[in-house]
Amino acid sequence: MTVSEAFVTLDGVDHAYAGANSALAVEGLSISVKQGEFAAVVGPSGCGKSTLMKLATGLQFPRAGSVTVAGQKVSAPVKIAGMAFQAPTLLPWRTTLENLLLPLEIVEPHRSEMRRRKAEFSERARNLLTSVGLRDQGEKYPWELSGGMQQRTSLCRALIHEPQLLMLDEPFGALDAFTREELWCVIRDLQAARKITVVLVTHDLREAVFLADRVFVMSSRPGRIVVERKIELPRPRDLEVTFTPEFQDIVHELRGHIVKARQ
Amino acid sequence: MTRTNLLIKLSPWLFTIGLFVVWEAAVHIFNIPVFFLPPPTAIAQAFVDYSGPLARNSWITLQTTLIGFALAVGFGMLLGLLVGWSRAIYAGLYPLMIGFNAIPKVALVPILVLWFGIGFVPAVLTAFLISFFPIVVNVATGLATIEPELEDVLKALGASKLDIMRKVGIPRTLPYFFGSLKVAITLAFVGSVISESVASNYGIGNLMLQAQAQFQVPLIFAGLVVLAIEGIVMYAAMAILEKRMTGWAQRSGFAQA
Ligand SMILES: Nc1ncnc2c1ncn2[C@@H]1O[C@H](COP(=O)(O)OP(=O)(O)O)[C@@H](O)[C@H]1O
Ligand SMILES: [Mg+2]
Repeated sequence: MTVSEAFVTLDGVDHAYAGANSALAVEGLSISVKQGEFAAVVGPSGCGKSTLMKLATGLQFPRAGSVTVAGQKVSAPVKIAGMAFQAPTLLPWRTTLENLLLPLEIVEPHRSEMRRRKAEFSERARNLLTSVGLRDQGEKYPWELSGGMQQRTSLCRALIHEPQLLMLDEPFGALDAFTREELWCVIRDLQAARKITVVLVTHDLREAVFLADRVFVMSSRPGRIVVERKIELPRPRDLEVTFTPEFQDIVHELRGHIVKARQ
Repeated sequence: MTRTNLLIKLSPWLFTIGLFVVWEAAVHIFNIPVFFLPPPTAIAQAFVDYSGPLARNSWITLQTTLIGFALAVGFGMLLGLLVGWSRAIYAGLYPLMIGFNAIPKVALVPILVLWFGIGFVPAVLTAFLISFFPIVVNVATGLATIEPELEDVLKALGASKLDIMRKVGIPRTLPYFFGSLKVAITLAFVGSVISESVASNYGIGNLMLQAQAQFQVPLIFAGLVVLAIEGIVMYAAMAILEKRMTGWAQRSGFAQA
């Protein structure tokens, strides 16, 4: 991996939250994700996975070390990232479609073009909804949608402004197993179609192995990367692959690392 | 099914009428003197005899209350937005507000009289001072309870604090705000009547005080009834307003203050 193709780089990052008796949340954290790559980060609870996300998007700034995104040192929120979390956090007073338009009301250049290109943007939002299987659901309010549908909407909201970087923090954690697997396929197809760089934080090892090009394992707090595992399973991957011995071996191996990381 | 529905609809009226019937009967059975507890019929007679003063003064009380309430809404909303805007402002103002809220507002009336003389102005200000607090607290709560993840999503898009306020903070605060109006209007009413009865020549509060001085006990009670009716009407108006303005919050089961 050459430096030029690295898209998100954390180098020797220490971080502590203000007021949290200044114990480090992450220490010596280094990770490098290439442009267009699908990276998954796994690790024990509280090890600093969400902190990694916040550092990489400029929502928190490191105490030591450096964070670089798209060749720029991060010193403010990055503005090119789409984010989705475990909670869909849709606005209940907006319809699904209006929820999708929210990022466009904020990011430039869309923001100043909102009035003029509203119809076009709405069309884009509708297409995006269709691509995640939510055709004709745009006029509904979030509370009229199931949890899985809300999470799909949340993913669409993260993608509507066509970001170069998608940050997903345990986005499927609150869903049932079947819905979760459906959404794996949704995210797999979205990433394949758009070639965006994805960083996925998860505690589901099968999810990580199924989706990612590389899986990073973090140690327990203060977190740093202890293992980096390339996933060479051929793409496009079908859900069936998760039942192959090859897949399960990788999951098993990662599981061993996590168990060690927790000690 | 429809019969029970009808019963539920009618039951507030039945209970109210029932209260007055029991009251009337008790006064007669136990031979309670009129100057101690007048029966509802005597109160009704007072309404007829003093319809002019009652109407005039209740109108004044209503005006006083509404003006004080309007001030409270404006000021409460601004202060609430300010307090919810930053943690530093919140931390700084919180003890002050708690302290201020702990002061019985009737204790402020003498000061207000000192500054503005007796009459309309101290009554309006008492109504204002007693009723803005719940509005501040509710507006600030609405802002303070924005999901941090949602804030992160927006910040990672380059949203400014003002963007977050406009797109998320203020809309999500509205249910809290309108919810607080019911409480605030009731308190405003308490404030104006307190001030009227200590330091004014007008209003229902003052009318009741005068009636007491002249031992017109049925008129005192007529004043109470007027207050009750005005209170109910204003509360209901705020409840309807709340329902109208924040339909989404009720339909979605949004967390209420
Ligand atoms: N806002 C915060 N303030 C103080 N401490 C925090 C904050 N967020 C996280 N932490 C602490 O930092 C550590 C890492 O948290 P986090 O990155 O959320 O872990 P993970 O996402 O892996 O579960 C935890 O020990 C947590 O208690
Ligand atoms: Mg987390």
